[in-house]
Amino acid sequence: MLRYVLRRLLTAIPTLFVIVTISFFLMRVAPGGPFNQEKGLNPVIKANLERAFGLDLPLWKQYFVYLGNLLRGDFGPSYNLPDFTVAELFAAGLPISLQLGTAALVLSLVIGCAMGIYAALRQNSWIDYLVTAVATAGSTIPTFVIAPVYQIIFGLLLRWAPVGGWGDGTFANKIGPVITLALPFLAIFARLMRGSMIEALHTHHIRTARALGLSDYSIIVRHALRGALLPVVSYAGPAAAALLTGSIIVESIFQIPGVGRYFVDAALNRDYTLVMGTVVVIAIFTIAFNLIVDLLYAVLDPRVRYE
Amino acid sequence: MAEPILALKNIKVNFQTLDGIVEAVKGVSLDVKAGETVAIVGESGSGKSQLMMGTMGLLASNGSIAGVADYRGTNLVGLPKPELNSIRGRKITMIFQEPMTSLDPLYTIGNQLIEPIMHHQKIGWDQANARAIDMMKLVKIQEPERRMGSYPHEMSGGQRQRVMIAMALANDPDLLIADEPTTALDVTIQAEILELMASLQKRLGMGMIFITHDLNIVRRIASRVVVMRYGEVVEEGDAKAIFKQPKHAYTKALLDAEPSGRKAPPAAKAPKILDGTSVSVTFKIGGGFMAGPPLLLKAVDRVSVTLKQGQTIGIVGESGSGKSTLARALLRLVPSEGAISFEGKDIAKLDREEMRPLRKQIQIVLQDPFGSLSPRMTAGQIVTEGLLVHEPSMTSRKRDQRAVQALEEVQLDPKLRNRYPHEFSGGQRQRIAIARAIILKPRLIVLDEPTSALDRQVQSQIIELLRNLQKANNLSYLFISHDLAVVRAMADHIIVMKDGRVVEQGTPDEVLENPREPYTKRLMAAAFA
Amino acid sequence: MSDVASVSPGRSLWADAWARLKANRAATFSALYLVLMTVVCLIGPLLTSHAFTTIYPDYVRTPPSLAPYPRADTIEKSLRDAVKRARIEISGWRQEGARVFVAVSSAKPIDERVVRYLDRSDTFEDAKVEEKSADGLKLTMSGRVEHKYFYFGTDNSGRDLLTRTLIAGRVSLAIGLLAGFVAVAIGVVYGATSGLMGGKTDEVMMRIVDILYSLPFIFFVIMLVVFFGRNFVLMFLAVGAVLWLDMARIVRGQALSLRRQEYVQAAEALGVRQSGILIRHIIPNLLGPVVIYMTLLVPQVIILESFLSFLGLGVQEPMASWGVLISAGAKNIGTADWLLVFPSIFLTSTLFALNFIGDGLRDALDPKDR
Repeated sequence: MLRYVLRRLLTAIPTLFVIVTISFFLMRVAPGGPFNQEKGLNPVIKANLERAFGLDLPLWKQYFVYLGNLLRGDFGPSYNLPDFTVAELFAAGLPISLQLGTAALVLSLVIGCAMGIYAALRQNSWIDYLVTAVATAGSTIPTFVIAPVYQIIFGLLLRWAPVGGWGDGTFANKIGPVITLALPFLAIFARLMRGSMIEALHTHHIRTARALGLSDYSIIVRHALRGALLPVVSYAGPAAAALLTGSIIVESIFQIPGVGRYFVDAALNRDYTLVMGTVVVIAIFTIAFNLIVDLLYAVLDPRVRYE
Repeated sequence: MAEPILALKNIKVNFQTLDGIVEAVKGVSLDVKAGETVAIVGESGSGKSQLMMGTMGLLASNGSIAGVADYRGTNLVGLPKPELNSIRGRKITMIFQEPMTSLDPLYTIGNQLIEPIMHHQKIGWDQANARAIDMMKLVKIQEPERRMGSYPHEMSGGQRQRVMIAMALANDPDLLIADEPTTALDVTIQAEILELMASLQKRLGMGMIFITHDLNIVRRIASRVVVMRYGEVVEEGDAKAIFKQPKHAYTKALLDAEPSGRKAPPAAKAPKILDGTSVSVTFKIGGGFMAGPPLLLKAVDRVSVTLKQGQTIGIVGESGSGKSTLARALLRLVPSEGAISFEGKDIAKLDREEMRPLRKQIQIVLQDPFGSLSPRMTAGQIVTEGLLVHEPSMTSRKRDQRAVQALEEVQLDPKLRNRYPHEFSGGQRQRIAIARAIILKPRLIVLDEPTSALDRQVQSQIIELLRNLQKANNLSYLFISHDLAVVRAMADHIIVMKDGRVVEQGTPDEVLENPREPYTKRLMAAAFA
Repeated sequence: MSDVASVSPGRSLWADAWARLKANRAATFSALYLVLMTVVCLIGPLLTSHAFTTIYPDYVRTPPSLAPYPRADTIEKSLRDAVKRARIEISGWRQEGARVFVAVSSAKPIDERVVRYLDRSDTFEDAKVEEKSADGLKLTMSGRVEHKYFYFGTDNSGRDLLTRTLIAGRVSLAIGLLAGFVAVAIGVVYGATSGLMGGKTDEVMMRIVDILYSLPFIFFVIMLVVFFGRNFVLMFLAVGAVLWLDMARIVRGQALSLRRQEYVQAAEALGVRQSGILIRHIIPNLLGPVVIYMTLLVPQVIILESFLSFLGLGVQEPMASWGVLISAGAKNIGTADWLLVFPSIFLTSTLFALNFIGDGLRDALDPKDR
């Protein structure tokens, strides 16, 4: 197992390298540059700025300079927010996105799975239909509709929570973003869990367990649930990566100073280092969670062998 | 006379489906006494499995049961779950057809054995563990202590079925219900499992209900027989009496369905059709990108076969013996080494294009009547597909005529040619597959287990059809099967394969009456007990 | 030959699926709804009597109403605004039926062309001079009150939201369909090639898909949008080019499993050419999953487009898509909630309908799933 983890970590390096390379060049062949937008910028000053950031070098040289810096853990300065380095920006925003993401992940996993299991056990009952309806709604209504509707209802009509803002992370500020973040994932988890649980309950080995007169608890929890969790686990990996790296929509609607906004703003402003930093962070999260999922899988399913 | 352990009275099982209510069991009564083995015989769809599933409370959610299932004074039908669970798994247990999927893949064998023991006997883990190991010994699993830690996927089908039996017997039940427990297993393993079950039944003195479609098994194991058809009992009685003197026409038909007859060998001077010399097939397993070197598996190892015109060679062996691969290699459908010639022409080195004209002469009929027909083509389109390739200039009207002809030859109503495969029964589908092969008027047909997926009665009809076609068209067959009874009736020469090699060959009489190899003997013992 | 009793033309799997689909009420209702939505979006803007670009300065942020505008209390304000623009004094006004009469006065003689100011206002039309004093310092003019209907209200610049929502529907649906088609086309070709070639080619092609999967896909879209410029026609190309990955995987898996089917082996044994196997055996059996995935893809595309528009990267003003409208609505919550409500209802109900159709198709084409 340890050897497998090590090997996976080693193969992550070339993957990361490919992603960095593709992103770097893709971004650089796009027209425009970090200092083109500011109208009336003196060409001399612009040239000076570009020299200061090494943007006057040939592209391949810039690429290797960036790679070298990256290897030393240096993400570089932000072009558009010159007072900050990319690392500082992440140090400020990432904890906020992580807090919201973790809460949303836990919420969606726990409630989504519970709903799915319950619906599967009461198939074709009104509870099943209710869960299916909620799951369909949750996965169909886009976040950018749910979030403003939440703001109208709870922020403006009922005045139970602020309409937006972070406010040092009080509970009332977090609840809206967390719910809107969690809802689509909750819906998907509920759907997945319901489907795989129904399937698991129809397997031959569950029939065996029933024929052996085992208790319902043992049949449902020990034999059906463990197998039914596998598809949920494999979806939870990418879901976790997506949730923890911040949501553009939710953070911009609720005006949360997380990392979700960085990416779009940076790309639009050609803030090359910040874009690259975001890509690297997202890629690392994705790779890490895929690895965690695979390891969890091995724990749950002895048929998976890792050499 | 002893009191019955289980007495079923007027059991009815219904299923709610999209097409309305389906009556799977229409009022069946039967009883089992201690120490006796009752076989319930019937073809697929006769309701024999659903009868016992219903009794055990294992029906699918759309199924319902009515009637009385009296276990020592308790009616199992409608019994609340906690009470039912104190009987099933403890007093009445059941094992199933699917050894590969009936065990939970996520827990060790030991874990799965111990759980019902602790649950029913209310004993501690240590005692239950000891009991489980005893049970493993009872069902003759080697190294039981080590095997307790194995997962199901690390065991063979036969071993898993032994574990299933151990689980079923661990709580000293009064009655064991076995639902086709050997059907999915290779014949030699089938024999071992049957022997084990028979001896355990005697030793433990329990009652047994054995559900099967295979009369051979019934003959070997049952003291009493219940014959079912369309959800009803058509005949019931002492096993010996029924075999000797079946009363009901259906039972007679079932017994007659045993393939019979022999095939005369072709004339000595008949020309050679297909000649394979030292044919080998090697498969690569695994390997590839970052996964190390692949594993090489010799599926067929230097096998030589000579097939004459009008001859049928039966290739016998268990799954994994390489018999199907050999046939595909001879047809140049998988890459192979060695020399292959068809009607004297060397075909081993021909490429796809060069092989194409020859394909008209060489046809294949595959085992699975459900998988071998394209689900979105009509029977007519399926049958005439070969004509599109080999006689591209033929008009569609003429093609249709040929389809009608071919379907008539396989005794299928040509009016049905606009129907789709899912609308036909298994036997009818196999007829379509045969029509697809003969429409090209081939010289040679490879029959890869063409009857294995069919009920006995349908099986014998298909065999009859194949024989008639052979006589009418002077065809040569390469007949692949694991079923010696069928091979004996079809072939004039038998090749026995094991692990990719030929272990024995000769005429059916030589091979089947006087088997020399121990492997052949075991196959024989299993097939004709 | 017992179980096929009567002789009738066979029922193909497609016919079976069609029958099952028709029996699914949610799916049939959704299909009808979707057809209705399409028709309304196509024809509706012609009937609303507003162009989606027309700006009514008098009716900025007018709440939705079934009754016509202007209301009695706003007529005077509109009148005063119009007269004020003419730089003359209003001395009195009265309404008679559909016409409003206004008496104005000025220190200088009044040009009769001042009626234009009345015409220019969104509230009045058909303005004319009724009477004029001899010295030309006093004048009475009249104008007919122009009734306008804003069933969905108007937006921040005074444009009719109903018309804009319907126009936006055209855009969103068109992008959904076109981009869905592009994604399916790329995915099918790529996946089928990979699955049918097999071996090393398959391995390399799928490794590429894996890497593309781990790229943050928003990044991809944004890059494409930057490349193509914010162009409506090219927009769907960008979206389609991103969403083909799932399709490619599905098709590859199907192609791989189909290649192993016995009927494909049987066809090979018949000597059928690769092209024949592809046309007669692989494609017809691939069609089911592709159709299902396509219906589930269209809502994804619509969401993605709305999402981009929401970020300001998609369709540009004055064109609109549902995403653009919702984005504007989200910025005006509390003051003009209807700006959020109507486009959201249109978008969400369409997404629901598409999902129900997709689910219905899946159940119909793949009855094992139930």
